[in-house]
Amino acid sequence: MRESELLRCVMQEVIRVENLTKSYKDVVAVDHINFSIKKGVCFGLLGPNGAGKTTTIEIMEGIIKATKGQVFYHDKPVDESMSQQIGIQFQHTALQDFLTVKETLNLFTSFYKHTVAHEELIELCDLSEFLDRDNRLLSGGQRQRLLLALALINDPEIVFLDEPTTGLDPQARRNFWQLIKNIKARNKTVVLTTHYMDEAQQLCDDVLIMDHGKVIERGTPRELLNKHFEEVFIYLPAEQVPTELSQQLNWQVQNQQVEITTTDVEATIALLLAKNVSLSGLHVKSPNLDDLFLKLTGHTIRD
Amino acid sequence: MNFSRFFAVVKARNIEFFRDRSSLGWNLFFPILMLVGLSFVFSGDGRAVYKVGVMNLAQSQSSFLDTKHVGFIDYQETALAKVKLEQHSIDLLINFNTQQYWVNQGAPNSYLVEKIFLSDHKNFQRIETQGKKIRYVDWVLPGILGMNMMFSCLFGVGYVIVRYRKNAVLKRLKATPLSALEFVSAQLVSRLFIVIFMSSVVYLCCNVFFDFYMLGSYFDLLVIAILGAFSLITLGLLVASRSKSEELIGGLLNLSSWPMMLLSGVWFSLEGAPNAVKVFADFLPLTHLVAGARKIITEGATLADISYHVSILMGMSVLFLALGAYFFSWNTER
Repeated sequence: MRESELLRCVMQEVIRVENLTKSYKDVVAVDHINFSIKKGVCFGLLGPNGAGKTTTIEIMEGIIKATKGQVFYHDKPVDESMSQQIGIQFQHTALQDFLTVKETLNLFTSFYKHTVAHEELIELCDLSEFLDRDNRLLSGGQRQRLLLALALINDPEIVFLDEPTTGLDPQARRNFWQLIKNIKARNKTVVLTTHYMDEAQQLCDDVLIMDHGKVIERGTPRELLNKHFEEVFIYLPAEQVPTELSQQLNWQVQNQQVEITTTDVEATIALLLAKNVSLSGLHVKSPNLDDLFLKLTGHTIRD
Repeated sequence: MNFSRFFAVVKARNIEFFRDRSSLGWNLFFPILMLVGLSFVFSGDGRAVYKVGVMNLAQSQSSFLDTKHVGFIDYQETALAKVKLEQHSIDLLINFNTQQYWVNQGAPNSYLVEKIFLSDHKNFQRIETQGKKIRYVDWVLPGILGMNMMFSCLFGVGYVIVRYRKNAVLKRLKATPLSALEFVSAQLVSRLFIVIFMSSVVYLCCNVFFDFYMLGSYFDLLVIAILGAFSLITLGLLVASRSKSEELIGGLLNLSSWPMMLLSGVWFSLEGAPNAVKVFADFLPLTHLVAGARKIITEGATLADISYHVSILMGMSVLFLALGAYFFSWNTER
């Protein structure tokens, strides 16, 4: 039995999506998709811009209505009462101008019956240094941390994060990943959309890859990579490898690098040494989700 | 309706308004500047068009009645016509049968039109109106404050809701248990508080300098101001109920506000205006706010006396609110 199937069997299901479809005039944004999410996992909805991720997640949140199909939360169709139990961080959202971070937390606290103590949220999302700052003056990373705190304010069972690190610098992204790991450690179910495959690989236990509104693959990142790739990639500076050798063994030359795809690293290195090829500058790379996406769709995630 | 959520949104909106210094300054100083400016402008020369009341106009004959740029309005009762003169609704009152004319000593227009009249009729008896003199600034005060309230209500609610909708603040709020009723009511109450508070501050500040004429009760004035502001806010809610486009809403709000600015009696009396204009003006909430407030200030009218305006404002509020609630959309679809 595959790892993800095992996960699905032993863990309690919190969300089930059945035959979900969303059409806008001539465009089918989401096309008859089915999946379920287990409690306590970080579930990644992956795909390029326009794949239908945000539409899917917003239907799951009850923000927009499906054209066809249904979303079940603990086996019951999604209704308004769900808003007390979920936390949402949208991809694009503004906060009320002229309110400070603390006042914004107070405002959102008033909306819910059950809330987390502010001290706990402030610590979890690292808000202490800008609590009295006007929302308009927050940096991108600070803003995302505040939006995450607002998503967690009602101590939700499920947290929906729609491309939470888009537009952040590398350091802010890595800080944000740590926050998500902290949330996962509290046994929350996290539903994350992203077009950063490294982010999914870092955070997600279970991923669903979408393109053109359809599900094209589903599983844990390791499982998917094992399923689709037996080989690894070896890279060498092109000037060190004789052209005849590259052509003879059908190795790809890109960006002044020779890319060698192999299932047996030791044998390939032995061959290079036998041909007196210098190994300085050599590096070995395992395939990642970016490579998987390229293999599945024929284009890269950012095309 | 959850009052804790409702009051939290009212508080947040009020904070947003009072911390926005540029908007606050505009709301506070614009009406004061208008009043100061107008008091200077009308202390010297007057408007280009004058309105002259004539007793039994149909039976009156005079070359003065052919004067260009002067409007002549027929009156049958001298007492009513004199009240209109005192209230600046007309600039001069003439009775050609008794060879008398009445002037309003406090009105610059009255002075100017009297000069024109006397060039043809030197032997008429001159009578000054009795009672406390009403200056133009007293007459125009409810108009200026009403106009400022109108802009604040329409743009402060309509534009803000559309901005919230466009930049997804509404979407974020919809993702919480906050209901549309709680959100809309909070916007309404917050703006009502802001408008009444700002108008009171402007009135009290200007009163120090102008010592405004006031025959009626301040309580009645507050009631008509609240009713007027309420109806204008509900109109703003209705206009902004669905749109996501700031350009469209800007156009719609201008379309709503400009007819009121021109035809609701803000700047000049509709006395003598064509009947069609008067009927059209009757459908505008600002007309009833300004007319009601002006009657309280200049005639000492009570709420019972202006029950027509009160009931129309209440009816309009109910209608706009019902339509606004019916059409309201968080509009979260992309």
